[in-house]
Amino acid sequence: MDLILVNLIDGLVTGLLLFMLSAGLTLIFSMMGVLNFAHASFYMLGAYFAYQISIALGFWMGLLIAPLIVGVIGAGVERYGLRRVHQYGHVPELIFTFGLALLIEEMVQFIWGKNTMPYSVPEVLNFTAFSVGANSIPAYKIFMIFTSVAIFIGLLFVLNKTRVGMIIQAALSYPRTVEALGHNVPLIFMGVFGVGTALAGVAGVIAGPVLSTFPGMAFVLGSIVFVTIVIGGLGSLWGALVASLLIGWITTFAKSYNIQMSDILNGVGIATPENLSDSVLRDLWTVTSPQIADILPYILMVLILIFRPAGLFGKRES
Amino acid sequence: MKKFTKLGAVSALSLIIGASTAFAENIKIAFIDPLSGPFASTGTNGLHQFEFAADYMINDKGGVLGGTNFEIVAFDNKISPKESLIQLQVAIDQGIRYIAQGNSSGVANALTEAIKKHNKRNPDDRVLFLNYAAVDPALTNDKCNFWHFRFDANADIKMDALTDVIAADEGIKKVYVIGQDYSFGKAVSAAANKFLGEKRADIEIVGDELHPIGKVKDFTPYARKIVASGADAVVTGNWGADMLGLGKSVIENGFEGPIYTYYAAGSGITGAFGASGKDRIRLISQGDVNPINSDEARATYDAFRAKYPEGNIDQSRIFNVIGMLGEAITAAGTADDVIPVAKALEGMKYQSIWGGEVFMRPQDHQLIQDMHVGVHTDENIDFDYDNSGYGVYTESTVKMASMDSATTCKMKRP
Repeated sequence: MDLILVNLIDGLVTGLLLFMLSAGLTLIFSMMGVLNFAHASFYMLGAYFAYQISIALGFWMGLLIAPLIVGVIGAGVERYGLRRVHQYGHVPELIFTFGLALLIEEMVQFIWGKNTMPYSVPEVLNFTAFSVGANSIPAYKIFMIFTSVAIFIGLLFVLNKTRVGMIIQAALSYPRTVEALGHNVPLIFMGVFGVGTALAGVAGVIAGPVLSTFPGMAFVLGSIVFVTIVIGGLGSLWGALVASLLIGWITTFAKSYNIQMSDILNGVGIATPENLSDSVLRDLWTVTSPQIADILPYILMVLILIFRPAGLFGKRES
Repeated sequence: MKKFTKLGAVSALSLIIGASTAFAENIKIAFIDPLSGPFASTGTNGLHQFEFAADYMINDKGGVLGGTNFEIVAFDNKISPKESLIQLQVAIDQGIRYIAQGNSSGVANALTEAIKKHNKRNPDDRVLFLNYAAVDPALTNDKCNFWHFRFDANADIKMDALTDVIAADEGIKKVYVIGQDYSFGKAVSAAANKFLGEKRADIEIVGDELHPIGKVKDFTPYARKIVASGADAVVTGNWGADMLGLGKSVIENGFEGPIYTYYAAGSGITGAFGASGKDRIRLISQGDVNPINSDEARATYDAFRAKYPEGNIDQSRIFNVIGMLGEAITAAGTADDVIPVAKALEGMKYQSIWGGEVFMRPQDHQLIQDMHVGVHTDENIDFDYDNSGYGVYTESTVKMASMDSATTCKMKRP
């Protein structure tokens, strides 16, 4: 029972972290129709910048400044890179962001080297908030939860309640009309790209100390972010939230409990073959849930694409 | 413009020719290991140690065979066995006769098989496999061959020494074994079960599991399971980012006991653990630098630090690889024909600069050497890792570990 509660909290942390990444990505996609392959790289940049700033000015200044720098870089990439490539269509844009991801990884390795950076949790948050049974919940995780929830509420407020949000939403669906009304749509695009990458930067800043800051950190998160926004529905903020939490909880629970495939199969009435070691299905029978935990989101994505191609909250027409 | 292009082409060509004549004499060692991806730091640090050892031990002392230098040629295998075989072929095509690899026994298994076949089919350009870190016991048992030499202790030897320490701790009643899901992780798990069963039948293995290698983002769920199992100690063979992720997560999420590891040092791992791992992380390794054993070792480490201020000598066996290869080539009188070199390596006794004599056991090509169990600490550290003030201090040593251990190797010699 204790473990269930602990796993709910852990899954929430994982899910919210994923949400901060996918929120920016899904906004950018719905606006520009382009999947930003370099999105996870901005997350990595956030972590490295924050590490560098934290050495000189401490963690909190890192949390404040690093996402700003990442956002400015993101806006610059949109203004001077993507906007120029845009006129040639979507494929060059995809290739551009893909190349950018490789470039950022190489740059990071060039500047900081390939070793893991000693970027750690700030002293004030380096204590156990509370314990459930023998499992302690670090205060930093609670901080992560509050930060991401605050960002989600902030985003929701800006998008739905403010004038800027209205214009952004309008520009999402009818960019020509919005432009004709005298709004600077390219500027909005740049802003959204900047904010989206800054969000990824925030995720990097707060994930860096727990998931370690190393040049492969973008790579390990890269594909799961795309899975999240496809499951949630491209362009939907709520979809991104629900899908992130779903993935967080599915993978956490699958890893925490050793559910044997043979138990499931026996449970539905299929008997274990006599000579398991000779059976061609041996690998299937001996699989356990932690082994396949990381591919479960992909299986979920395939199912979603088959049964609900627009995603959970997607509003794709046609 | 055209003239300019021509000029460029000619000068480039002459550069290539000039370069190839300048290096034609070198004895090349292909270094095939991950230089990109999640395990890039482990691979790159290994490469630096190889390059430094070749320069410091061979080239700066006049080379071998009357002035021939060693040259390390790096190939990035992205930790993939498939990619490694391609890089092996490229290396062979470049005329390289010595292949060094260490990260991942999966890769080593593929390489040793390919090298065996290659040497059988191409007697004119045979190559030797200098395995400096892949420790799957099968490589010197069922899958052994004449061309493969292992300079690190295999997983069984390491676990034998490590479980001596665990067995001596009366407080440990429950042990959790966790590792990466491939041949090495499985070998560690098998060895842990075997030796703990023999030495302390009262210890219960409360968990024994494998996780995907290099793909786990967050080890928290695993840490929860370990805590929930009530384990007193964790045993893991994890390395690279997987070691750091597991270790940090286990400590942060409330596990109180010691963590027994194979590779929890260097490549940023020691720096990232810092104070949180003090007196809790223990590791088994073949080379100890704290306390440093001799003035020669101290001078070597200082020279390495001067060249790589950020670097660590966390795989000191690499110096044994270079030193022993140098002696074997000198004894054989040739570097082109690898058979006499291999024969010279077999049964070689060599004085390691880090202290202690090592012995290349001829029946299975497993190097027998002193094994040390050290603790992660900031006290009495001569040479720290990652410039963090923390390092590994040797607590106990097993002389010539597993000297008489059995092997199933039936080696065919040319």
